[in-house]
Amino acid sequence: MTNYREIAWQGLWKNNPGLVQLLGLCPLLAVTATVTNALGLGLATLIVLVGSNILVSLVREYVPKEIRIPVFVMIIAALVTCVQLLINAYAYGLYLSLGIFLPLIVTNCVIIGRAEAFASRNNVTSAAFDGLMMGVGFTAILVVLGGMRELLGQGTLFDGAELLLGDWASSLTIQVFNVDTPFLLAMLPPGAFIAMGLLIALKNVIDDKIEQRKPQQEAEIIARARITKVG
Amino acid sequence: MFNIITRNGLILALFALCCTGLVASVNFFTGDRIIEQQRKQLAGVLEQIIPNHLHDNELTDDCILVTNKEFLGSDEALPVYIAKMNQQPVAIAIEAIAPDGYNGDIKIILGVNNNSELLGVRTLTHQETPGLGDKIELRKSDWVLSLSGIQYDPNDKPMAVKKDGGDIDQFTGATITPRAYVNAINNALSFVADNRESLYNTVNHCGREHD
Repeated sequence: MTNYREIAWQGLWKNNPGLVQLLGLCPLLAVTATVTNALGLGLATLIVLVGSNILVSLVREYVPKEIRIPVFVMIIAALVTCVQLLINAYAYGLYLSLGIFLPLIVTNCVIIGRAEAFASRNNVTSAAFDGLMMGVGFTAILVVLGGMRELLGQGTLFDGAELLLGDWASSLTIQVFNVDTPFLLAMLPPGAFIAMGLLIALKNVIDDKIEQRKPQQEAEIIARARITKVG
Repeated sequence: MFNIITRNGLILALFALCCTGLVASVNFFTGDRIIEQQRKQLAGVLEQIIPNHLHDNELTDDCILVTNKEFLGSDEALPVYIAKMNQQPVAIAIEAIAPDGYNGDIKIILGVNNNSELLGVRTLTHQETPGLGDKIELRKSDWVLSLSGIQYDPNDKPMAVKKDGGDIDQFTGATITPRAYVNAINNALSFVADNRESLYNTVNHCGREHD
């Protein structure tokens, strides 16, 4: 299980926490109205995920099986509180716009899931890498979803980027097109469900294509082999 | 059996101690900065509704708490900031709640000068519909700016949105939100007009020296 390519493939695509495991749907659907919020929550989740995977992997030898879950929960809760305090201190605007979903990272099943399924059974480096890849995969889905909804909903991208990155980032906001009345469906939670469904469908289509291509290649080889045999 | 329970209990306690220690130390190092950020945020909002050139005191240090369910819309004590020029009170910033928004409370803050003129109003928190009711945010629309300069007159009929026969422009797609908003401003303005002297004479509740 120390195959890093496999870990990366699992986190980014095959077992993506957002698209396949469907974990952490609550923040996924609630804060992805803009790219900035999505990126902010994604990065916060990523930091917690890497941190909790490292800590859980470090202490895995010393924690008896019976009490591992409460210990993991405690570690995750402490990390989330620290991240929350840091965002509160250094990115106050983002803290205000993420609101309740920041402390709710504690309840994101991706984190306890990775702690239990991977970090508690693997060494520190691969656990950290797994946390990073799962976090990047989750963040990517959040950002794509945020981009879709922001573009459809209000015709912009990176609106409010200065909340996350400081004042210089206000120039990052792209007004793709102007809307008088925003497309409400995209901005409300039902729109998030629909966009999420489309993304999952898209992933399945791509997977099917890849799946189809594989046997075809084999079939061709076999066909050719037969021809040569006949010839 | 008993030994295992004791051992597990001790390990749990040890982890709890470490985690608490971690959170406590991060809290210790970020605490001052968080308070500073909150103060800056508040000062930024206050400056928008009472321009800095009107007063020479630090608004965030000169505040009192008032509770008035009927006019301020909440059972909770809400802060009032007093702007002074040469020790003379010149304007008041008051927080108020519109309890009848489309989706719950809308918390606003407004600045009022001694002539009961509305210097400015901003939305602090709300849960109005994104895209419709959220035009009360300055980020989304400059509707709140159109409210500045309103003059409160106890003898005149209270201001209202156009749909209710008043002069205030409501914005497209929402009636309930602007109506609730304007009513909250009316109530707060009349509260300030009726209680200005007692507000000015109340002893400072908050501020740096009372933290």
